[in-house]
Amino acid sequence: MLLSQLTPADLHDRLREGGLRLRMGEFTVNLRTGLPSVMDGISLMYGNFPLGEENGFADFHVTVASPGGLRRWLRPQVLFSHDGHIPFKPLPVQHGYALLEWGLNWCISSHCHQYLTIHAGVIERNGHAAILPAPPGSGKSTLCAALVQRGWRLLSDELALVSRRSGLLMPIARPVNLKNQSIDIIRAFEPGAVIGEPATETSKGTVAHLRAPDNSVRRAHEPAPPAWVIFPRYEAGASPRLVTMPKGEAFMQLADSAFNYSALGEEGFRVLADTIDRCECFSFAYSRLDDAVETFSRLAPPTSAAS
Amino acid sequence: MLARDSLLAGILRNPQKLGGLSLSQWDILIPQARRAGLVARLAWLAEAQGLSVSGRPGEYLEGARIVANRQNQAVRFEVDRIQAAFEGSDIPVVLLKGAAYVMSELPCSLGRTFSDIDLLVPAAHLATAEKILNFHGWAGGHHTPYDHRYYRKWMHEIPPLQHIRRMTVIDLHHAILPLTARIKSQPELLFAKAIALDGYPNLYVLAPTDMLLHSATHLFTEGEYNHSLRDLADLDALLRLFPARESGFWAELEERAAELNLTRPLYYALRYCNAILDTPVPAGPWKTWGPALPAFMDAMFGRALAPQHASCADTWSEMGRWLLYVRGHWLRMPLHLLIPHLFYKAFLAERNEEASKKENGA
Repeated sequence: MLLSQLTPADLHDRLREGGLRLRMGEFTVNLRTGLPSVMDGISLMYGNFPLGEENGFADFHVTVASPGGLRRWLRPQVLFSHDGHIPFKPLPVQHGYALLEWGLNWCISSHCHQYLTIHAGVIERNGHAAILPAPPGSGKSTLCAALVQRGWRLLSDELALVSRRSGLLMPIARPVNLKNQSIDIIRAFEPGAVIGEPATETSKGTVAHLRAPDNSVRRAHEPAPPAWVIFPRYEAGASPRLVTMPKGEAFMQLADSAFNYSALGEEGFRVLADTIDRCECFSFAYSRLDDAVETFSRLAPPTSAAS
Repeated sequence: MLARDSLLAGILRNPQKLGGLSLSQWDILIPQARRAGLVARLAWLAEAQGLSVSGRPGEYLEGARIVANRQNQAVRFEVDRIQAAFEGSDIPVVLLKGAAYVMSELPCSLGRTFSDIDLLVPAAHLATAEKILNFHGWAGGHHTPYDHRYYRKWMHEIPPLQHIRRMTVIDLHHAILPLTARIKSQPELLFAKAIALDGYPNLYVLAPTDMLLHSATHLFTEGEYNHSLRDLADLDALLRLFPARESGFWAELEERAAELNLTRPLYYALRYCNAILDTPVPAGPWKTWGPALPAFMDAMFGRALAPQHASCADTWSEMGRWLLYVRGHWLRMPLHLLIPHLFYKAFLAERNEEASKKENGA
């Protein structure tokens, strides 16, 4: 059963009471909130997600709620909590939905050591996945958003999860986090894209979320083998340049972007080395999304792929 | 007692039960264990029982086990670096708590996670020890002048030192209780009985009785109960191991508690280990070292020692924790110091931290 098949009243009851269980790839998340804006965000962004089992195991139990107190009358706030633990300071209530998305990223990046977890976007086509690591501001999410509107499957725009056991990339297909100018760029690029209510004046500027394509959500239980590691860089006015990167350098940069590389120790090294081994590594500078789509469509799978 | 009735405490008492849990039980156990800092301990208990946990819960246990093993290794590396730093000096450095468990290869080091390394040096050597650690890369962080005064004038440790490259944190102590604390204990007595660590000329661990008394004092006087069930499980492991290893341990423990003036913390440790984790504890003089209102303390500790999770809390849990937090401060310093301190923390601390950060250009 999909979330969109619940009646609005049923959805709201679940979110208010014991929690709404959603499947996101391998994950089951138990969500609770009484805030109307967050409920609306969930129903818009996760409508195409399947519900989880009521009496099963949830990876994370999260709540987005107002802290109460006198402040609620002056400057209402919102708190994210995981198992009753509050990892972040409260934010203005208008940022509630964005806080839920950041909180879920935090849950995964700080608890999921069954994967090597890398701060990177992941997309797949014809059975081969590209890992797009990049510091904030490099245009990684924008690039991901554009490519998944042009035939690539979204695994994640923020978290590359490399299974320690299989070396495959595990999808979550959650909404893509767009910031500032990217919001209008993606609206212009694909007028049919479903984008949620923007939250203004957050610590990252204005943010809005792009609903993951139905096909990506439907296939969120299908892992993909890594084929390329591509470090994107937005450069105003640049013509597209895809340049091969030495594997050693790609390894070091990818290790820098991993959340739990050093926490996993030797195991982290092994998984990362295997990943780099099976991939072709590039840096990619671009200014126009259409150029990027064109360049990515010509990517050939690694010939020496050790699979 | 809420702590005893929690699913997690039940598993710690009887790890064999890990084999037969339903997914909806795991749905409660994993959150409880995350809050208590005991996920990796569960992994180790399952392994020791020859059980393999399947599915998602099993993946979390396995992930936590890898991270804990890695932390164990990292602690050994740091201890090696600490020895190198003190090499050639005549300062004895005692490893406390987690680092001591790891280096003495005690069972409670298995599946234990760490946030910092605690060291104890004689007060007379404190300034030199701090300089030595500074010279080897452990630097003081951004602390306000108030924090410095608080630590250096009143506390039993200096502000935390963080290594500038590895980011590891050392808490350097010169006593096991604040200088202003109501209970006075002479740290010199601890050094006299400390045990040299084989292969590390400057390093020591506390004698078994003292190690236990220190951990008990830490848990039952500090006022922070985030990982209280983990700390209680550490005590449980020590209380099962030491008497089996050394005959006469119990009598020695009680004698030493009296000598170090730590009878009350020992009472709590024995009482709650036994009540919550079924630790075998013989009758003895310790039974007379309880507080004036044992039922009231039971009500508070019975809640505060439970994992901090909704599944093992009631209407009074938050109040109990808050009262113990206040008690922690009450034990830490006399009222004429405590009231201005709490006032500062509540109303001025944040503003001054901001100002101090700006001054430091951070």
